[in-house]
Order: sequence, then C-alpha cells, then structure tokens
Amino acid sequence: MGNMKRLTMIFAVLAMGACTDAERFGAGGLSGGSSASGAGVDAAPDSPAYFQQAIGDRVLFAVDQSNLSDEARTVLAGQAKWLLDNPDYEAVIEGHADEQGTREYNLALGARRANAAREYLVAQGVPERRLRTVSYGKERPIEICSTESCYAKNRRAVTVIAGGLSS
Amino acid sequence: MIRILFSLFLLAMLPLAQVAAAQDGPLRIEITEGVIEPLPFAAPDFVAESDGAGDVARNIARVVAADLSGTGLFREVPASAFISQITSFASPVQYADWKAINAQALITGAVSTGTDGRLEVKFRVYDVFAGQELGSGLRFTGTTEGWRRIAHKVADTVYSRITGEGGYFDSRVVFVSETGPKDDRRKRLAIMDYDGANLQYLTDSSSIVLAPRFSPTGDRVLYTSYETGFPRIFLLDVGSVTRRALEDQPGTMSFAPRFSPDGRDVVFSIEQGGNTDIWRLNIESGERQQLTYAPSIETAPSFSPDGNRIVFESDRSGTQQLYIMPANGGEAERISFGQGRYGTPVWSPRGDLIAFTKQNKGRFHIGVMRTDGSEERLLTASFLDEGPTWAPNGRVIMFTRETQGATGSASLYSVDVSGRNLKRVDTPGSGSDPSWSPLQD
Repeated sequence: MGNMKRLTMIFAVLAMGACTDAERFGAGGLSGGSSASGAGVDAAPDSPAYFQQAIGDRVLFAVDQSNLSDEARTVLAGQAKWLLDNPDYEAVIEGHADEQGTREYNLALGARRANAAREYLVAQGVPERRLRTVSYGKERPIEICSTESCYAKNRRAVTVIAGGLSS
Repeated sequence: MIRILFSLFLLAMLPLAQVAAAQDGPLRIEITEGVIEPLPFAAPDFVAESDGAGDVARNIARVVAADLSGTGLFREVPASAFISQITSFASPVQYADWKAINAQALITGAVSTGTDGRLEVKFRVYDVFAGQELGSGLRFTGTTEGWRRIAHKVADTVYSRITGEGGYFDSRVVFVSETGPKDDRRKRLAIMDYDGANLQYLTDSSSIVLAPRFSPTGDRVLYTSYETGFPRIFLLDVGSVTRRALEDQPGTMSFAPRFSPDGRDVVFSIEQGGNTDIWRLNIESGERQQLTYAPSIETAPSFSPDGNRIVFESDRSGTQQLYIMPANGGEAERISFGQGRYGTPVWSPRGDLIAFTKQNKGRFHIGVMRTDGSEERLLTASFLDEGPTWAPNGRVIMFTRETQGATGSASLYSVDVSGRNLKRVDTPGSGSDPSWSPLQD
C-alpha cells in the first residue's frame, strides 16, 4: 500500500512537472473563476479560496458531452497538484447541465461530467477516498439567461473543497 | 341521446364525413378541423334541503360546472339565460324551458346537512333533447369539509355518463412547488386537488426535491431529495407525512423512481462511477435487482399497467431514445425513431399510449405514441415542456412548462391526448414535475 501510494505520488509529481508553470493554469476565460496566477488573489495558497480563485475550480463541457477538453485537463491538473499539496482536504465534484434537457437525463449527464473530472484527478494521483461526486443536473445554474452564453457556463464540473480529512 | 364519443378525438384528423357518421340522434357535437364544439349544459344551484346548506349547495354546482367546462368538451349555459329555476329536486323538469336555451344536458341536485355534520348530495342528469333522465339519480354522502370531493364525484359521474369514459376530477396531483429566482430556486413537495384546491406542503424547502410519483393507490409518494447532500430516493406516506430513504448507498446517486402497478416494487436509476442504469427494488424486502447493464444512460423507467414491461430512455444509440424491456430486464426494443431526442416516457393507465418529452430543433414537445412507436403525435410545443403525467382515465396529460430567460419560471399545464384544451393548471406560485393520482375511492 505504501509503495503504491509512493508510486502514485511519483506519477502525480511527474505528471505535474509539465504543468508547474502557473501561467498555464486556467488560461483563457473558459475555466471560469481562475486567474493566470496567484497574483491578485489575497487568499493563502493553501486555502480553499486560493483553490477556487487562483487554481480554477471548474471545467466546462460541450453540449451533451462529458469528455474533457485540453483546457479542462490543464485546469484539472492544477487542481490535482493543489490537492496533493494540501492532503488534509477532501473535495466534492459537482456536475451540472444546462437547462436544455429533461430533468432525469440531466442528472445522469451531470454525474458523467463530475465523474470525468474525478477520474482525471485520480489518474493524477489524488486518492479516490478524498473525492466524492454529486450531480445537480439542471437544478443549480449559475447563469440564468436562456442563450448559449449562459448555457456554456452552466455545463460544468465544479470541484468544491470540503472540510479536512479527519486524521 | 347525448354522448361525446372519445374516439372522435383520435379520429379528429380523419375526414369530417367519417366523424359525422359516428353521430346519431340529437347529438350536437360538431367537429370542424379537429375542433369539437363543446356540449352546452346547465347546472343550476343545487337545492338546499336543510337550513344552512345554501352555500354548499351553490358551491357544489359551481365546482361541478367548472370540472365539466374545464375539459373543453362542455360549455356552461349561464344562469342568466335560464327560463325555469330548479326549486325542488323532486319536481318534473320543464324540458321545453331548457331546450329553448339549448342546454343539452341538465344537472340538478339537492344538498342537506345532517345534525352529525354529514353532507348528503343527490343529483340527476337529464338529456334535455331526448326528454328523459340520463341514468338514474345518485346520492353521495361525506363530511361537510369534503364537499369539493363530493362535487368532483358528481362531475365524474356526469362526465362518464355523457362520454362513456371514466372520469378524473376526484383526483389529486403531487408536484414540486417552486419559489425564488432561477439561480436560487427553492423546491418543496406539494399536494393538491387536480384543480388546485386544498393545497398542502409535504416537505420544507431546505433541500432540493424532484419528480414525486404517486403510488397506484395514491397513499404514498416516491421522490428524489438532496436531504443527505446527495440525490436519494425517498418514500413518503401522504396521510402521516412521514418519509424514509429507500436507497442510501454511499458513492451512488438514486433517482427517477416509479411504482410498479401493484405498488410493491420501485423501478429507478442508480448512478455509480458516472454510469446510470435501471434497477428494481422490492419495498418490503429491500431486495434489489439490476435490470440494465450498459455504459450508457438508462433512466426514467415506467411500468406498463399490466406490470409486464418497462418503458425507459437510453442514449445507447448516441442520443436519448425510448426503449421497452421486460419488467425483469432483458433485451430492450427501441420504439422511438423520429427526429430529435425522446425522454421521460410514461405508460398510459389505459395501456394504449406512451407519453414522452421530445426535444427537436431547440424546441420541447409533449407527445404520445403507440406502444410499438407508431402514430407519434406531438401535443405541445414551447421553449421547455417536459415530464408528462396521465389523468386517471388516460385522456388528459399534465406536464411542466418552463418559460425562458432570466425571469423564466415553471408552471403546470394540461392538454388532451388530442392536443386540444391546453391550459395552465392553477397553482399558487410556480410548480413543476406533476404526478397525477388515480381516482380516489
């Protein structure tokens, strides 16, 4: 188990290696809520607020899709690094859909999205036990207009940093 | 003989001559381009036969009239047009007076309240142009507070005698009552009479609740709640308003539950690791059985009325489509083949049709098709219509309609299986996810 964990960590660190340049985290508007670096973020680097604002807490999806874009992978790699750097935190990944779908299907679609993000984080070395997923379907939009500009932001998986692991 | 033939609805698209041929006697239903001319009726205030029964006698006649008019099949002749008044339930009806105002059906009644607070309601239905009573007089008793239910039972009887179909007025609807803006919407379960009266809340709005579904006897409700922080299926007893979680497996999401026709089993979806499949659960024993095994989304299952088959939606073909499988799982047959995406199938209580939500070219529709997928008909079109539920007689469908934009909100609507008589159902505030109960006993 210890070896496995160490190997996983090594893999994760290697995987992170290419991404340590903060300039690449959340580049572009699509990652939402992130800035190019920690600059302008008051929060301490080990705080959930920093994760949300500087790392970027969400990735976006195409219509009716749950596959991760290159940009989403970059954001998730940043999330994974932060989670590995801050091992006391757990995370809940919330999957969401836009309103253009039936309620049950959107719940299932949101779950697919949350799980896609989760699987990527796990592949980057974040222990499965620290990650949970929940789908809100179309129940919790952040943008409320009924056009693609809003829908694009609502089709998301948001990694919410939750209370620390009990040790 | 006054009689509205319901088959006319399904024939509405056929040439007029065939429809006319189905009429006989003094029947005055006129169909032009698929529109049925509503049958005029008179429902004078019921006669109060005991002191203090006047208000109830008047109110019952109003509810009966509202039920009948609300179907779109009947049109009330206003009291201001009446030539005779009904002052005695036992006196002979002056048919000529009702003929003169073209009231083809006449409903008379009498109400008395006993010293024990019991309400007694008698009524008769007359075929005015045939000059005779339609069926024989009936009597219902109940509590004074239950006067609306008695009125609905009277209206159900009248409706049945004239249409030859079962009624649906003495029924209830459980739904999700919504308040607040789109990005902070509060949801709670509510139950009401089918016409919006007697509203009662079943949950508070502290957690999201979705898609309540009545049991076959109307005494229990299945729904999905985020009470635990994760979507889980709950079972609620309507009488005692107590609830319990039916599914609580960590790391999974359970949703989209519906009862089996015998009320003992639940079909629903479990999501695990991003994949959603359909399961069946025996409520009493807790025994679970997985019915689908596919990497695609399988959800929104609904039993056939005989309990032998399940219709559900799946995106195994690449888009949401409708499938039917045996009630214990096994090979599924796709039944939807039109353009667009199909979801939320619900089997009609009559067994003949499946109602669904269809998405095509950016619009949403409520539609119906035969159980083999043939004769698809779209009944509605809007920015967002979804989640049909059947009236107990399988002739009317209620669903959710949501308006678009930042101020968009959801309302309950109903429509005939013919696509006629589309109207908003009266609810206080916004509402979604209706489930129609069976007729109450």
